[in-house]
Amino acid sequence: MRALDRKLRRDLRRIWLQALAIALVIGCGVAMYVMSLGTLRSLDESRAAYYERYRFAQVFATVKRAPDRLARRIAAIPGVARVETRIVSNVMLDIAGMAEPARGLLISIPERHAPDLNKLHMRIGRSVEPGRTAEVVLNEAFSQAHGLLPGGYLHAVINGRKRRLDVVGVALSPEHIYALGPGAIMPDDRLFGIIWIGREALAAAYDLEDSFNAVSLTLMRGAQEQQVIDDLDRLLEPYGGVGAYGRDDQTSHWYISNELKQLESMGTVAPLIFLGVAAFLLNIVVSRLVATEREQIGLLKAFGYSGRAVAWHYTKLMLAIVTVGVLLGFAGGGWLGRGLTELYAEFFRFPILYFRIEPRTFAVAALISIGAGLAGTLSAVRRAAMLPPAVAMQPAPPPVYRKTLVERLGLDTYLTQAARMILRHIMRRPLRAGLTTVGIAMSAAILISSMFMMDSIEVIIDVQFNRIHRQDLTVALAETKPIGIVRELARMPGVMRVEPVRAVAVRMRNGHRSRRTALIGLTAESDLGRLIDHDLNPVSMPPSGLVLSAKLAEVLDVGRGDRLEVHAMEGRRPVARLPVSAVVEEFLGTSAYMDIAALNRFMAEPPVISLAYLQTDSRLETALYDALKNTPAVAGVTIETAAVESFRETLAENMLLMTTFNVMFAGLIAFGVVYNSARISLSERGRELASLRVLGFTRGEVSAILLGEFALLALASLAPGFLIGYGLAWSMALSFETELFRIPLAVSRETYGFAALVVLASATISGLIVRRRIDSLDLVAVLKTRE
Amino acid sequence: MTDRSKADGDDGSARGSGRAAFRVRGLTKVYRTGEVDVHALRGVDLELFEGEMAALLGPSGSGKSTFLNILGGLDQPTAGTVWFRDHELTAYDEAALTAYRRDHVGFVFQFYNLIPSLTALENVALVTEIADQPMSPFEALNLVGLAGRIDHFPAQLSGGEQQRVAIARAIAKRPDVLLCDEPTGALDSKTGVVVLEALERVNSELGTTTALITHNAGMAEMADRVIRFADGGVVEVHVNAARRPARELVW
Ligand SMILES: Nc1ncnc2c1ncn2[C@@H]1O[C@H](COP(=O)(O)OP(=O)(O)O)[C@@H](O)[C@H]1O
Ligand SMILES: [Mg+2]
Repeated sequence: MRALDRKLRRDLRRIWLQALAIALVIGCGVAMYVMSLGTLRSLDESRAAYYERYRFAQVFATVKRAPDRLARRIAAIPGVARVETRIVSNVMLDIAGMAEPARGLLISIPERHAPDLNKLHMRIGRSVEPGRTAEVVLNEAFSQAHGLLPGGYLHAVINGRKRRLDVVGVALSPEHIYALGPGAIMPDDRLFGIIWIGREALAAAYDLEDSFNAVSLTLMRGAQEQQVIDDLDRLLEPYGGVGAYGRDDQTSHWYISNELKQLESMGTVAPLIFLGVAAFLLNIVVSRLVATEREQIGLLKAFGYSGRAVAWHYTKLMLAIVTVGVLLGFAGGGWLGRGLTELYAEFFRFPILYFRIEPRTFAVAALISIGAGLAGTLSAVRRAAMLPPAVAMQPAPPPVYRKTLVERLGLDTYLTQAARMILRHIMRRPLRAGLTTVGIAMSAAILISSMFMMDSIEVIIDVQFNRIHRQDLTVALAETKPIGIVRELARMPGVMRVEPVRAVAVRMRNGHRSRRTALIGLTAESDLGRLIDHDLNPVSMPPSGLVLSAKLAEVLDVGRGDRLEVHAMEGRRPVARLPVSAVVEEFLGTSAYMDIAALNRFMAEPPVISLAYLQTDSRLETALYDALKNTPAVAGVTIETAAVESFRETLAENMLLMTTFNVMFAGLIAFGVVYNSARISLSERGRELASLRVLGFTRGEVSAILLGEFALLALASLAPGFLIGYGLAWSMALSFETELFRIPLAVSRETYGFAALVVLASATISGLIVRRRIDSLDLVAVLKTRE
Repeated sequence: MTDRSKADGDDGSARGSGRAAFRVRGLTKVYRTGEVDVHALRGVDLELFEGEMAALLGPSGSGKSTFLNILGGLDQPTAGTVWFRDHELTAYDEAALTAYRRDHVGFVFQFYNLIPSLTALENVALVTEIADQPMSPFEALNLVGLAGRIDHFPAQLSGGEQQRVAIARAIAKRPDVLLCDEPTGALDSKTGVVVLEALERVNSELGTTTALITHNAGMAEMADRVIRFADGGVVEVHVNAARRPARELVW
């Protein structure tokens, strides 16, 4: 056996670059798996610990105004562990040195003790003190975006009055890991901040003494969340409750869960692709080895080695390569996992960070890799084990070729002999050529399935911000105002167009299906806020009835002509059965629309608005911002271009990292497949190519015959690669789809082009390396020996 | 490269014209395999004449193949010079040697080295496509008596037939020299005769200078001259009074 092991070592050294390429492909798969799962578990545990230690609530609700004594009844709901009542309010902020108005979420905290739930993790300074009504604590991201530290101050418009707030501390909260402003889709730390302020100060400002307008609670182990939510809704209903919700609907929690979900899908699909490709590569390498060594195998058997011993010998070769790959993957995955975890933790600002990869993760990765290796080499190893020694000792019969279909059809008149050789060689082993093509195709597919996200995001931006929401600014009013306020807004500097909008919180119900959403009223002439159909063409607002976004219609299982029960959750809380007049396209959120006059009639109110869409002249924006900041009726302003920018930036940052990885991985796959296949082909056909050299063919011509085949396969792989990539993209778009976010399946020509470029460049590099081998073919030696 | 005209060999049909196709001086080849040096050729001086058929005879390992490979531009010597007509082959670089092989030399080996993915006709066409003034592939195959087998793949041909395809492939471009290394080595004698007849016919009808390696003295009787190798050198050059036709050969 010792001699056989020595042979194994020499075999490995001889094919080291091929073995390394395969090991790297395995390593990539293992690394992706270890990295994704390790990061996922670490972040999951870190988040759980964070939630636990800072008592993140499990159920949340807001009301218009409820008396403090209601808290005891809430605490008495079966399954409720702890209750914390609060006052929260969305306000407009004015920060020195910043022209545009920012928005803030004011959250009350007790002055005399730490909150019972949703505790703060103080980073700098201290919490607020009793009696000092101007003291506030800022969330860290907002504080950093403005360099606002304890000692600094900012202004907020609280209940129509501008008030100075003094910063005394900077903190983190499990409730706002992801800080999203109203109507925002991505965090923008400059334009939105969380501000904790003393309960007494806030109660005084809003006349909410001995009252609250928000409540959060934790559940006892084993409690039924939905049951508690229903009970809570019943209790809050008379006080203007707008519907309680669990963590799954809590924005910050929802966003993080989504990020983690993304990691999970990255950790399953990609590793399988890599291991599949590795299995194929191991298959061709070991098959070739068995084919070239058939005489040696015969000899070994003649000497008395068993078929099992021969099989084990080749299996060990596979295991050696897989082991190297797995170890590389462990090292790379561990390293990348730690880096990625730290990156995420920094992004999320977790105060607690665990990094741990479970031994199980390593074990599973190793087992799956060995499984892939066995699957790839099984047929070749079996062939070696079954080879009867007498047959093995005879040279293999010459390979049999046939004319290809093209030629049998008589379409070959223009084929050169070289082209014929390429075609017939491909057709002689159609399965191998097919697998090679699929292997290369996977490279393009991986690229497309990751890069299409950028394309989709551009489509989302185009649709949401250029076709649906065309306003420059959205002005939110503190409360509904008579429509006449439109004229007041129109007189402000730089305002070119104002459109009235009314938004009402509603619950829509169709049988047992029900959703909370905003019902948005627009005028029929509305041009800044538009509706678009499935083909992205604008449609006009029907004079009556509901217009639903496609996702909402799907969720509620209704179509045009169906009727929905609509419960308004504000004002006189009217209820009506309204018909669905149209279904429109929208990628973000689940909105519903209605003609603003019809909406006001439904609400049994005079013509009022709660929002306004503004088209503005950007040259006068400073003056406009100033005017808005000093208008008491205005509760907040959303700047749409800033929203687009933050949307793009946040995603682009994440994408850049992923794209870099994917280019590397995809390049490696293309390289691994082409290099290995070409080397095998060279070893099978070295004699043939040397003969051509003897006949006077140049190195270039000879290389063209071998590499031409792979150029052809690489080109042929593009179409299936695009197709598989599109399929993967489709499944990813589907798996990422939620009610908040739909990903349109859009793959741009640039993405296809880039994928093709990466594939062809990697194939060319491996071709050039093989080309050096072809150039150094030993003509004389090859011709001396028999096949 | 334009001066490599065929005019030099126009009188080649008169065999043994006296003009040297190859002039070899002090040809030495040393193979360095690890610690030991193998002297495959030890200073060979020799001429091969336009149009002649020369048999290279000698025991295995005496340097015949090494010598032929250097003449054919497949290998380069350690020392010494080889002139092909007016050109010093030993000064050629890789690209020039490739062009030389392409334009002037036809090879036939013991192992036929046909391209398995091409039919008989296509194997010949492979060469005619890159040659200057070739004969048609069909004509070449006809010359070696294989007109009826042109559409067969190598796997469908017998050893003798494969070797004749190899000869057709070697001569189809009308080479100036035909170098054959034990072309019948893998064949039985009856099939071997058919192959030798093909070579004989090419030499006499086309006047192609032919060097034929064999370690069989009987076979050497079909040549104009017999050059005997031993231990890396030429030990004897014998001129046959008359060439014996291939079909009369026995070995
Ligand atoms: N590539 C090589 N490496 C080392 N030695 C070689 C090589 N090729 C040939 N030889 C040696 O050179 C000598 C001459 O070989 P060769 O020309 O093939 O002889 P012949 O054709 O007369 O049988 C032999 O001793 C052979 O072992
Ligand atoms: Mg020899």
